[in-house]
Amino acid sequence: MNRDRPDYLAHAILALGVFLFALPVWLVLAGSTQDSDAIARGEVSLIPDLSNLSSYPRVLTEGTMGTEPVWHMLLVSLGMALCIALGKIAISILSAYAVVFFRFPFRKIAFWSIFVTLMLPVEVRIIPTYSVMATFGLINTFTGLWVPLIASATATLLFRQVFVAIPDELVEAARMDGAGPLRFLKDIVIPVSGANIAALFVILFVYGWNQYLWPLLVATDPGLDTIVIGLVKMIGVETQTDWSAVMATAVLALLPPVAVVLLMQRWFVAGLTEGEK
Amino acid sequence: MERRTVFGGWLLPMLLVLPQLLLTGFFFYWPAGEAVWSSLTTQDAFGQGVVFVGLDNFADLLADPLYRQSALLTVGFCLAVAGLAMGLALALAVFADREIRGKSTYRTLLIWPYAIAPAMSAVLFLFILDPRVGLLGRWLNQHGIDWDYHLNGGQALTMVVLASAWKQVSYNFIFFLAGLQSIPRAVTEAARMDGAKGWHRFRTITFPLLAPTTFFLLVVNVVYAAFDTFGTINALTHGGPGKDTETLVLKVFRDGVVNQDIGSSSAQSVILMLGVIAITAVQFRFMGKKVTE
Repeated sequence: MNRDRPDYLAHAILALGVFLFALPVWLVLAGSTQDSDAIARGEVSLIPDLSNLSSYPRVLTEGTMGTEPVWHMLLVSLGMALCIALGKIAISILSAYAVVFFRFPFRKIAFWSIFVTLMLPVEVRIIPTYSVMATFGLINTFTGLWVPLIASATATLLFRQVFVAIPDELVEAARMDGAGPLRFLKDIVIPVSGANIAALFVILFVYGWNQYLWPLLVATDPGLDTIVIGLVKMIGVETQTDWSAVMATAVLALLPPVAVVLLMQRWFVAGLTEGEK
Repeated sequence: MERRTVFGGWLLPMLLVLPQLLLTGFFFYWPAGEAVWSSLTTQDAFGQGVVFVGLDNFADLLADPLYRQSALLTVGFCLAVAGLAMGLALALAVFADREIRGKSTYRTLLIWPYAIAPAMSAVLFLFILDPRVGLLGRWLNQHGIDWDYHLNGGQALTMVVLASAWKQVSYNFIFFLAGLQSIPRAVTEAARMDGAKGWHRFRTITFPLLAPTTFFLLVVNVVYAAFDTFGTINALTHGGPGKDTETLVLKVFRDGVVNQDIGSSSAQSVILMLGVIAITAVQFRFMGKKVTE
């Protein structure tokens, strides 16, 4: 086999894959710079008109077709994604730390009762969760958007795995130095888990940003519309859809999670494949 | 696996697990318990209170041809999405694992769609396949093919399968690539020395070695297709036309949230829960065996 010849087949297949992923996004990007009527007539050009970016400031400050301004929906999504990611990481670190580094009554029961929730995704408890939320007065509140989503079996399991691998010598050394459990957590355990925390942050940020069923269920107030909810509302408009505005909103909705994945790609890929298996 | 060295005391650790336990209690166990309870009751004729009806809701569901149709649709949908998303991802991963120029650029450009929301993939596919504004949808209609997923159930199903699978390819790609990279080069080199050609080598050496990854992904993809595609389907077709794309999760949502039939919707939730429990049990049985071997 001639090793110097480029592997044309591999390049062709990979380029095709890249193209299939990029095409819809490119189309939306190009469309966001064009006239809505032209798009409605199907006359969308694949070449963006960079002199016409007026849809962006318009949707950001005013929204379109009666929605909230897009900056507000982006803010709700950002708040929700950050609260979910940081909240899940915080309570999962605490519970995994307790389960791994202590022996206390009901430890096994506590661990298993967290573990079993793997089997109860939101989608299978739609109605009853709504009534529980109503009992707590969490319907149509920002708190209701994120607090119920931060309990996590997967994150707890991941941190447990990481903590179990911390060498005993480190714990003994810390105790010799007179460090208490909280000090040990802050000064040793959290720093050595940095890469795992970063990876989990990416996964959970994307998870939070992409929520759809949950906000649809617990928030009917347009002031709490996330960007994903707002976008789906826009495409549901039957007549006179302002396509250019919809496309600009789609681009703005895509940017933050894609940026997080790309910027933190190294940790994310390693963390994802280690954690799940 | 347990640690040898631990800290003393039990009050602190209990306080540390408390937030997680409270949240799971309130938002997992309570609703799950309520789902089980509501599934055994029904609204009385005047809508004033609830009556215990035992397993009637379940019997009604299983006898309902519409429910069975939705269940069948969901199974087909899951297999199509999983098959397509995994097949494409595996092909891409195999080539991305070769020693070629621009390897890491290709990887980045194949990984970023992980960030796309299921509902977002619906919006993107609209611009490709909508009969009026979609690039390809319009082209089809101009070339004598009647394409309108608002009216044609088969086309609607094709579209939600494509949109759902498209979004999941990069997740699978990441795992297949990691799986391929963990196969020792010596193994594939040895097969190459023995004269095994590309496809033959893949079929007899590489693919069997990828089995654990493939099985893991199959479970993840089926769960994804069954549950996470709610956003995709709801945004694109609302389960229509008719009920042609109404998977079980959409049906729970429609019967419970839209039609307020709490008893039936809860029974459907309980059936779905049993489904997830079964899948998880199978997964852990298999994974557990892998670990002890």
